[in-house]
Amino acid sequence: MRIIGVDVGGTFTDLILLDEERRQVRLAKVPTTLENQAFGVLAAVKQAGADLAGIGAVVHGTTTTTNALLERKIARVGLVTTRGFRDVLELGRRTRPKPYGLIGSFEPLIPRELRLEVSERVDAEGAVVEPLDEEGLRQALACLLALDAEALVIHFLHSYINPSHERRAAQIARDLWPNDYVTVGHELMSEYREYERGVTAAVNAAVQPVLHRYIARLEGELKAEGYRGDLLVMQGNGGTVSARLVGEAPATTVMSGPASGVIAAAYTARAAGFANLITYDMGGTSSDVALIQDGVPLVSSEIELEYAMPIHVPMVDVHTIGAGGGSLARIDAAGMLRVGPESAGARPGPICFGRGGSEPTITDANLLLGRLDPGRLLSVAHAVSLDRLRARLVETIGAPLGLDAEQSAAAILRIANDKMAGAIRMVSLARGHDPRDFALFAFGGAGPLHAAALARELGIPRLLIPMRPGLTNALGCVVADLRHDYVRTVNRPVAQLPEGLAREVLSAQIAEGERTLARERAEVEDIRLLHRADMQFQGQSHLLSVELPGVAVTREELQRLFEQAYWQRFGVALPEIRAVLVNLHTAVIGRRRPVDLAALAPAEPAASLDAAQSGARRVWFASGWRETPVYRREALPLGAEFAGPAVIEQLDATTIIEPGDRAAVDPIGNLVVAIGGSG
Amino acid sequence: MTAPPNALDPVTLAVIQNGLVQVCNEMDLAFVRAAFSPVIAEALDRSDGIYHRDDGALIAQGDLGLPVFVGTMQFSTQAVIERAKGVRPGDVFIVNDPYLGGTHLMDVKFVKPFFYRGRLFAWLANTGHWPDTGGSVPGGFSANATEVEQEGLRLPPVKLYKEGTLDEEILSIILSNIRISDQRIGDIKAQAAALAIGEKRFTALLDRYGEDVVETAIAELRARAAQQMRARISAIPDGVYTGEAYVDSDGVEDRPLKIALEIRKAGSELHFDLGGSSPPCRGPMNSVLATTKSSIYLAIKHVFPEVPINAGTFEPLHIADPHGTFLYAQYPRPVSGCAAEVSQRIAEAVFAALVKAIPDLLFAAPAGTSGNFALGGYDPQRQRNYVMYLISGGGYGGSRGLDGIANGCSTIGISKTTPLEVVEQYYPVLFEEYALAEGSGGAGRQRGGFGVRYKLRLRRGEARASFVMDHGRFGPQGALGGDDGGLNTVLVEQSGRAYVPPHLSKDQDIRVVPGDAVTVSTPGGGGYGPAFERTPALVARDVRRGYYTTAEAAERFGVALDAAGEIDAAATARLRHARRGTSDLR
Repeated sequence: MRIIGVDVGGTFTDLILLDEERRQVRLAKVPTTLENQAFGVLAAVKQAGADLAGIGAVVHGTTTTTNALLERKIARVGLVTTRGFRDVLELGRRTRPKPYGLIGSFEPLIPRELRLEVSERVDAEGAVVEPLDEEGLRQALACLLALDAEALVIHFLHSYINPSHERRAAQIARDLWPNDYVTVGHELMSEYREYERGVTAAVNAAVQPVLHRYIARLEGELKAEGYRGDLLVMQGNGGTVSARLVGEAPATTVMSGPASGVIAAAYTARAAGFANLITYDMGGTSSDVALIQDGVPLVSSEIELEYAMPIHVPMVDVHTIGAGGGSLARIDAAGMLRVGPESAGARPGPICFGRGGSEPTITDANLLLGRLDPGRLLSVAHAVSLDRLRARLVETIGAPLGLDAEQSAAAILRIANDKMAGAIRMVSLARGHDPRDFALFAFGGAGPLHAAALARELGIPRLLIPMRPGLTNALGCVVADLRHDYVRTVNRPVAQLPEGLAREVLSAQIAEGERTLARERAEVEDIRLLHRADMQFQGQSHLLSVELPGVAVTREELQRLFEQAYWQRFGVALPEIRAVLVNLHTAVIGRRRPVDLAALAPAEPAASLDAAQSGARRVWFASGWRETPVYRREALPLGAEFAGPAVIEQLDATTIIEPGDRAAVDPIGNLVVAIGGSG
Repeated sequence: MTAPPNALDPVTLAVIQNGLVQVCNEMDLAFVRAAFSPVIAEALDRSDGIYHRDDGALIAQGDLGLPVFVGTMQFSTQAVIERAKGVRPGDVFIVNDPYLGGTHLMDVKFVKPFFYRGRLFAWLANTGHWPDTGGSVPGGFSANATEVEQEGLRLPPVKLYKEGTLDEEILSIILSNIRISDQRIGDIKAQAAALAIGEKRFTALLDRYGEDVVETAIAELRARAAQQMRARISAIPDGVYTGEAYVDSDGVEDRPLKIALEIRKAGSELHFDLGGSSPPCRGPMNSVLATTKSSIYLAIKHVFPEVPINAGTFEPLHIADPHGTFLYAQYPRPVSGCAAEVSQRIAEAVFAALVKAIPDLLFAAPAGTSGNFALGGYDPQRQRNYVMYLISGGGYGGSRGLDGIANGCSTIGISKTTPLEVVEQYYPVLFEEYALAEGSGGAGRQRGGFGVRYKLRLRRGEARASFVMDHGRFGPQGALGGDDGGLNTVLVEQSGRAYVPPHLSKDQDIRVVPGDAVTVSTPGGGGYGPAFERTPALVARDVRRGYYTTAEAAERFGVALDAAGEIDAAATARLRHARRGTSDLR
């Protein structure tokens, strides 16, 4: 089979064409076309020289929905909600953007004039307190249409426990509304918490027309080029969905780019024999961190895309750290060196990009220290001389601190690495894990440059750098399965659960997932099920997620699994307090045929390590300057082993192996690095 | 600047600074994730820090700590240092005495000596707000207590853990004197476990960098923080700036309490004088000194959020002990309202004074009340007693470039609301409304944000309602010609009869029966700059959204709108000219 994975990132659109029969891979990297991402996708197809007629599947990661939300280029959405509660979406959860400072702003996705109320009320037990006013609903809908609302949200209180009013309202609305853009709160997320459920629905509606138009255009363009296969779209949960259905719940495609990278990491690492990983994707302005346990990426239903924008559909739990290659180094008022969170961004960018940047960044420090090759920078406008760079470093950092240019650059790296390592540690601890129990999987343009130093700082013994660090998201598209997640609130003490309730809920979720997979009509080898329970001790307000062995889980098992997980996480046993089952989850995964990654390995490696060496240069390490060999990644022979220091270069990434570390090239081309003792 | 001799290299210094905060962040995280009390776990009403061996001065504090605890724990750590005898590794002191460097009784501190290689090196401490510590009302916020004994169990510093072992006898005394005691053991274990994690991480930091280097770094960081704060202060023009704020009443006697603040700025220092404030009050609105000082610290931190927090940060801030005022409470004055309410009025006085000095960095007053509404009763359907707490946000003040946000958290807190769907699951109430309080944003060139108006009805069983709120009499202050924000209001419908608390924002034990309703509207933020200078298109938008009525647009903003909501430019010019005319006459 020939598969295309194509991922649209902020700067580049990346494509991988994997031809399993011929063990061939073709790659393409073209600039992203922001206005219509389809142009970039087709340009990538052309660059790869792909004949679409012979392709079995195109799997697409798009930032259309994420960007639409962040830039607020969204549809005009109307809301119909329970009388008395239209401002829930504007009042939020009583927060402010930052802990300190009382200045900020917040605009709800649906402006107040488009939020209307109807009489209806269900209570917390699901009893109807006031019937749905159907006539009032019709009037509200007419009013929203008159106000030019394109998409509609129906969001009633307590619909997670009794959805009858939302269902009836949806029936009426779907008759009256001129298009399919009707989002019903409980259908997307059957969980309590009215703000989060409402915002999730609003997010869905706000991007629905945007994504629908984009996918229709892309399908048309692909068809015109002769494509007849399945078009699958990446979701934030790390699975794909058929383009036929993606328009129904477009909120699931938000954050799909980072998720895709983590899926590729899990797949690649599994093939290399690693099950527990921390993934580190370092880009220009920020870095993404995620955890993979037993080969499965951790998933969370509590992601916030930005301040006060929770999207409570299950997503790969990716945490963003405000440090990337473009993070600025500055001296603060206390005379201390700081790196980030401010970033030079793409414009003006680092000084060395020659686009007018005048403040030093992490990338500039890497360049000056020989860790990056000045001759090989991507996206440089005007070459900036190293002398000029040195002078700027001394002016801004060196002079106040009494350091020369190289010392200043070394200081920037040390502080940046310290800060990033601290942030990774917190991400890991917050999820209940000691980072030392994991391997580090580094990708993205800058990840492999810092990974060895970060691993050492974190006490992580092993580091994995995939064959194509800059194309990981596109690879995620190639390897991802179809996946649909379902969550249902139960909210009862375990001891009082009716026997069989869990089985009933989980079975219904399986049936719904299987129905959805059938509607997609995409090629699937088999179906895999994952079940989880969100639990807590009575009186607690946060949840602990517990993996379930199957649908036939008993009360005793639930209790035992939860106590085990709680002990593992907090080291506390609380036999005197009752456990509560809050939510049940099912992920229905339609597994696509496994893809053989061997094709990714270099087609024509050099005969020996020496032959793969392209040169040598002076590179700075914590222990000082070292004359360091430089290797071409494409030429490294499989099975080669060598000790650091070493620099390994490829088109879109540079890897640094530090002194004391040992690197080996595994059978599918990954670099596996054993981190030596500190020093 | 020149580096002092023998100074640490600046990069190691920055790395150690990050390391110290990281130790605290890990304590914060461990505490909040294992805690039971929703006040800690969800409202994040807790803080963890590292304190100096000899004087208890703050070395580092977690990024995620509750703002009101900025600097407070150094006072309670000092109290422990003064009284502690025979300190051993593994000891943990418990203390909540307000007069020994505390806030109110519900803020329970754990203080642990930190030993490195057999030598006392520093103190680790944390605070958590317990849902109850006994006293006359559940939750401890008695609106009309007149002595601290009515507010709950007061603990001087005692060793709850002795060399790592929990003292079951002290524990049993505590648990016998508080409500919902069965869940407190979970919080106690979490609070102690957080300090144990801090101990482990701090030891690792010292192992790596060495005792001498870390000690030097701590001293240097303190000097640097002071230097950074001084740099910020130096940018304020020299002079004397005054700010006032009023607490509605003390809950017992119905007259306002005045906070009179004079800030004298000279060189790189700020001198705070609260001496002109009201005398001690009978009700629970007295503030202990630690809270009074901490309120000023947190206000300054809101103004200069980027300055790191350690004892050095506070060095250039000189706060005169406000003897003879309600802001320097002595035993047995009741103090339950100081952490949640008086602290915010003190901060408001700081903002009101500084907005005159550095208007570009400041903002008009935020709602500044925690809006505490407690409902306690018996639910016959579930056959259990319950206490429901609702705390609310309000509007923030306008600032140079932005309108205030709606429903922001209190000045001293960072907590989220409990979802209404959760409240209704737990308690026999039904909300009829949870809405933006229209019109409550103070008019201004940049208007204040809006408060919240909610109404709920009791469904089953009898209950008693209590309120500890503020700004019922005076709205949050506008700045630089902006109008004040809307008032806090409380209305109880008792069998069809309307009841408004005599003190407006504070009352206790109001009997309600099924069918009775409570409506609360929280304050809006103050406006910034003259309202008649607000861009008319923004006023028209605000009217379109229903934030203000057409009549309010004309009266409060001088913008005339026609029936379709369009701006009537000529009429607007007339309105605004007329206002200018009157102000010229003044």
